[in-house]
Amino acid sequence: MKHLLSIEELDRAAIERIVGEAERFAEVSDREIKKVPALRGRMVLNLFYEASTRTRSSFELAAKRLSADVVNFAASGSSVEKGESLKDTILTLSAHKPDAIVIRTPWAGAAELVSRWCSAAIVNAGDGKHEHPTQALLDVYTLRRRLGSLDGCSLWIVGDVAHSRVARSNILAFQKMGAKVTVAGPPTLIPRGIEALGCDVRFTLKELPSADVVYALRMQSERMTDSWVPSMREYASLYQINGRRLSPRQVLMHPGPVNRGVELSGEVVDSPQAIITEQVEAGVVVRMAVLYELLSGGPVRGPVSAPEPQLA
Amino acid sequence: MPADLLLREVHLLDPRAGIDALHDVRVRGGDVAELAPAGTLTREDGEETIEGRGRHVFPAFFDPHVHLRTPGQEHKEDLETGTRAAAAGGFGAVIAMPNTNPVIDSAPLLRSLRDAAARDARVPVGFLPAITRGLAGSELTEMAELREQGALGFTDDGRPVVDAGMLRKALRYQRLCGGVLALHEEDPSLSHGGSMYEGKVSAALGVAGIPSVSESTMVARDATLAGYEDGRIHFQHLSCVDSVEAVAAAKARGFRVSAEVTPHHLLLTEEDVRSLDTRMKMNPPLATEEDRQALLDGLRSGTIDCVATDHAPHARDEKEVPFEQAPMGTTGLETAFAVLYTELVLPGVLELGLLVDRMTAGAALYEMPTPRIAKGERANLTLIDLDVQWTPGEHGWESRSENCCFAGRRLRGRVLLTLAAGAVAYRERAFSVVAA
Repeated sequence: MKHLLSIEELDRAAIERIVGEAERFAEVSDREIKKVPALRGRMVLNLFYEASTRTRSSFELAAKRLSADVVNFAASGSSVEKGESLKDTILTLSAHKPDAIVIRTPWAGAAELVSRWCSAAIVNAGDGKHEHPTQALLDVYTLRRRLGSLDGCSLWIVGDVAHSRVARSNILAFQKMGAKVTVAGPPTLIPRGIEALGCDVRFTLKELPSADVVYALRMQSERMTDSWVPSMREYASLYQINGRRLSPRQVLMHPGPVNRGVELSGEVVDSPQAIITEQVEAGVVVRMAVLYELLSGGPVRGPVSAPEPQLA
Repeated sequence: MPADLLLREVHLLDPRAGIDALHDVRVRGGDVAELAPAGTLTREDGEETIEGRGRHVFPAFFDPHVHLRTPGQEHKEDLETGTRAAAAGGFGAVIAMPNTNPVIDSAPLLRSLRDAAARDARVPVGFLPAITRGLAGSELTEMAELREQGALGFTDDGRPVVDAGMLRKALRYQRLCGGVLALHEEDPSLSHGGSMYEGKVSAALGVAGIPSVSESTMVARDATLAGYEDGRIHFQHLSCVDSVEAVAAAKARGFRVSAEVTPHHLLLTEEDVRSLDTRMKMNPPLATEEDRQALLDGLRSGTIDCVATDHAPHARDEKEVPFEQAPMGTTGLETAFAVLYTELVLPGVLELGLLVDRMTAGAALYEMPTPRIAKGERANLTLIDLDVQWTPGEHGWESRSENCCFAGRRLRGRVLLTLAAGAVAYRERAFSVVAA
């Protein structure tokens, strides 16, 4: 695998390989010294055109645990704000010879474009509302730990599917792993044509009890100001996952950050069914697996540092 | 410079004149001087002879919808490069859109552009100034004065006239000054910042979609207004089945409406956008296979009157950006005939004569003379070798820009020579001639 650009391009075997690798790295995270020298001398560049704390720091931590060097490049306060094009930014940063570029942008297809402009391995950390493949991988990882297998499992993705890259990557990833996916939410926030991805579509939560896993999406307040929904109150009354709607046998997931009282009630966030903090934890090991998959093995792209003296 | 040429043994096809046979054609002083059975004319002094065996001559094509980007965006195209591209595509005349910088919305600007075109353009250029000042949709341009200065009609192309009351005023004022109102139909409250067709591809890519009703509801609205005011409207670049049906319904009621379709809407669909190639980003967006079939049927039946390229050049760096950031538009002048011939005529979807008809029919819609090949007419013709195979690529264009959605396709049919208004406007580089 040269890049990780989308879930669409991965088959089940590739997903299982990465998730399996992540399970081995999980053991590292439990050690007192959480670092392995797997990617020593490699450079990972984090290039974020959108605000992100979780994903960026999760990638940073993953790279550091593999002993790679990490450079963070945020688009705000940089040449990007001075009008530099994405291509010019990539060409400029390529001069530093990064081995991998982790990139998040507000534009669909941008990670794929970048992969054509430079020789580094590209990891898509979110391209517009298109895909967020490492989120889907960590969700598969977390869910496998909880359920063992996703085969035949019924999974509902609830909320603002239209504006969610997490939804798109997860519809594909969960289906590839054998789950039956249903998306549910207000009709204004379910895009026309989404069923072509193979999922079922529902506009109410009447059949939610049939789900084994409920995956709630973040509901952003600007969706209300743009009149996608009449009010947050009405949204919550119709689509909030709460103690009344969530049965004890169901597993609850959320990509974070949670709006308590909107898409999730406080009680369910804190319930044992919720595996939201496990998802965050999984983020680091899955991203370690991704970086390891992309960067180990091949020749070192950057300048090779002098070998350390060997102790006899 | 008026041409003096003898085209020997060419297959002359002019559907309106009912000619479809081998001929010798003599052009003298820029006029068609003689049409004679093949092999009967001999070279005269001062005349260039072109052996046309195995080649076709058609009336030069007419493109009622191009963006020549002058003034203000000459890094994309200008009057010279744009009309060179037109002639290289077999077009003998084009109509330029006013969404330039500044917008063509005043008589002095139109005057100076027409002067510049007379000086710089390879083929005659007609102009459609704006319907509303600055394309802002709120005040009419001085339509009567613009007509006196040679405006063929008016358009806010690139933008719709959103306000129905404003369009109605333009239609009423049209009674005074004439001039077709050419409309780019889009309801911005429905298109809403979308950058591709709303459907299964936009849903899968998470890119905001433009629903087809954004166009079709406006076509229906404005067709109704045209009927009410007995006005003359031309619908630009139709893209979907509902729009075709709205135009058909308006024509059936006798309303004075006409319509055009682009080669890309006739040949491509939303599936071609899946790769997020920015050359596939255009407005209106590429729609579904059902829409494409409806456009083909409309073109065959005459509901859609003519082909227009909507030639929209953009600089490489403007298109080399993520899809959602890229400007809308594809170039089309140099490939229009070849793509339609290769992908519609050769497989038997469209007859060659009908294609030539639809590629020349735009002139009459703007009350311009339809190019025809007849004795005494000004020479407006194009010589095409239908057997030559070529592949448009990233380079080698006559246009200043290379953002062509058909790049990389294997095409048949190459323009060798174009005469526009009696002069040689284009000659293919590798095309050898037996000079006098």
